[in-house]
Amino acid sequence: MKSAVIVFPGSNCDRDVQVALRASLGAEPLMAWHGDAALPAVDLIVVPGGFSYGDYLRAGAMAAHSPVMREVALRAAAGVPVLGICNGFQVLCEAGLLPGALMRNAGLKFICRDVHLRVDNARTIFTSGYATGQVVRMPVAHADGNYNADAATLDALEGEGRVAFRYCAADGAVTEAANPNGSARNIAGILNAAGNVLGMMPHPERLAEAALGGTDGRAMFDSVCTALV
Amino acid sequence: MKVRVHITLKSGVLDPQGKAIQHALDGLGFAGVDGVRQGKYIEIDLAETDPAKARETAEAMCARLLANTVIEDYRVDVGA
Repeated sequence: MKSAVIVFPGSNCDRDVQVALRASLGAEPLMAWHGDAALPAVDLIVVPGGFSYGDYLRAGAMAAHSPVMREVALRAAAGVPVLGICNGFQVLCEAGLLPGALMRNAGLKFICRDVHLRVDNARTIFTSGYATGQVVRMPVAHADGNYNADAATLDALEGEGRVAFRYCAADGAVTEAANPNGSARNIAGILNAAGNVLGMMPHPERLAEAALGGTDGRAMFDSVCTALV
Repeated sequence: MKVRVHITLKSGVLDPQGKAIQHALDGLGFAGVDGVRQGKYIEIDLAETDPAKARETAEAMCARLLANTVIEDYRVDVGA
C-alpha cells in the first residue's frame, strides 16, 4: 500500500503523520510538495496539520487552491481515501471536499490540550479499529476549529452517519462544557457522502505510540491501513 | 479600475471577535454599543476599465477565493 502526505509551506505535522504511517503501514509514505501538480498513484492521501500559507485570508483557503489539491480532489472523487487532520480538515472544507467551515474558536484562544472524543461511527475505513460509542483521548492544537454548517447540512451529517467524532466528557457525555471550541453539535470530525474523505480537528498522529504519552490515535492509522491492504 | 470588497459574516453566524471588540469598547467607556461585527476589506486594482466587467470579475473572485460563502457574505463596490 502506498500513501502520500501533502506538504504545504507552513505544514508542521507532516513528519508526525509520516512517522505514524510508517509504523502502521510498514512502508515509507511519499511526501508530496504542494506545488507538484502530478501526484503518483497512491492508496491513501493525508493532508496534515499546520499553518499552511500562514493561514492567510482564512485557515486553509490558500492551500485549497494549490496545484496538488486539484489532484487530491480528483483522487477523492475517484474514491481514494483522504484524511485531513486539523489544518488538513480546514483545507478539505475550503476545497469543497467536505461541507461546512471551521471558524475562529468561540473562546478566541488557541487551544492546545488533550480532549476526549466519542467515536460516533466506527463503521468507516478510518475508524473501524474503534467501537461506536468508544471514548478516546487525542490532542487538539488550533485557533480555528469551530465547526459550522447550516442546520440542514448538520442534520444530513448526523442522519447519514457522517459524524465520525464528537467532543465529549471523559465518561462519553456530549456536553457543552466538553466542547472546546464552540463547534456545532460538538462535531470534531466528519465524512463526505461517499465515506472516503474524513476531516478532523484532533491529532491522532500525536498520540500514536506509547512514547508520545498514549496510543489512542494509532487505531486510526491501523484502521485505514487494514482497510486498504 | 479599483474594486473594493467587503466580506462579512452572515447574519446568524456567531462572531466571537466582534463580541470581544464590543466588550473592549464597553471597557473603554463607550456607552450604547449594541453590537459589533468584524469583517474584511480588500482593495483590488484591476486593469479592466468597464465597471460591469470589473464587478463581474470581482464577484467571481469572491465566490472562488475571497469569501467562504458557507459563513460569509460579500459586497463589491466598483470605483475609479
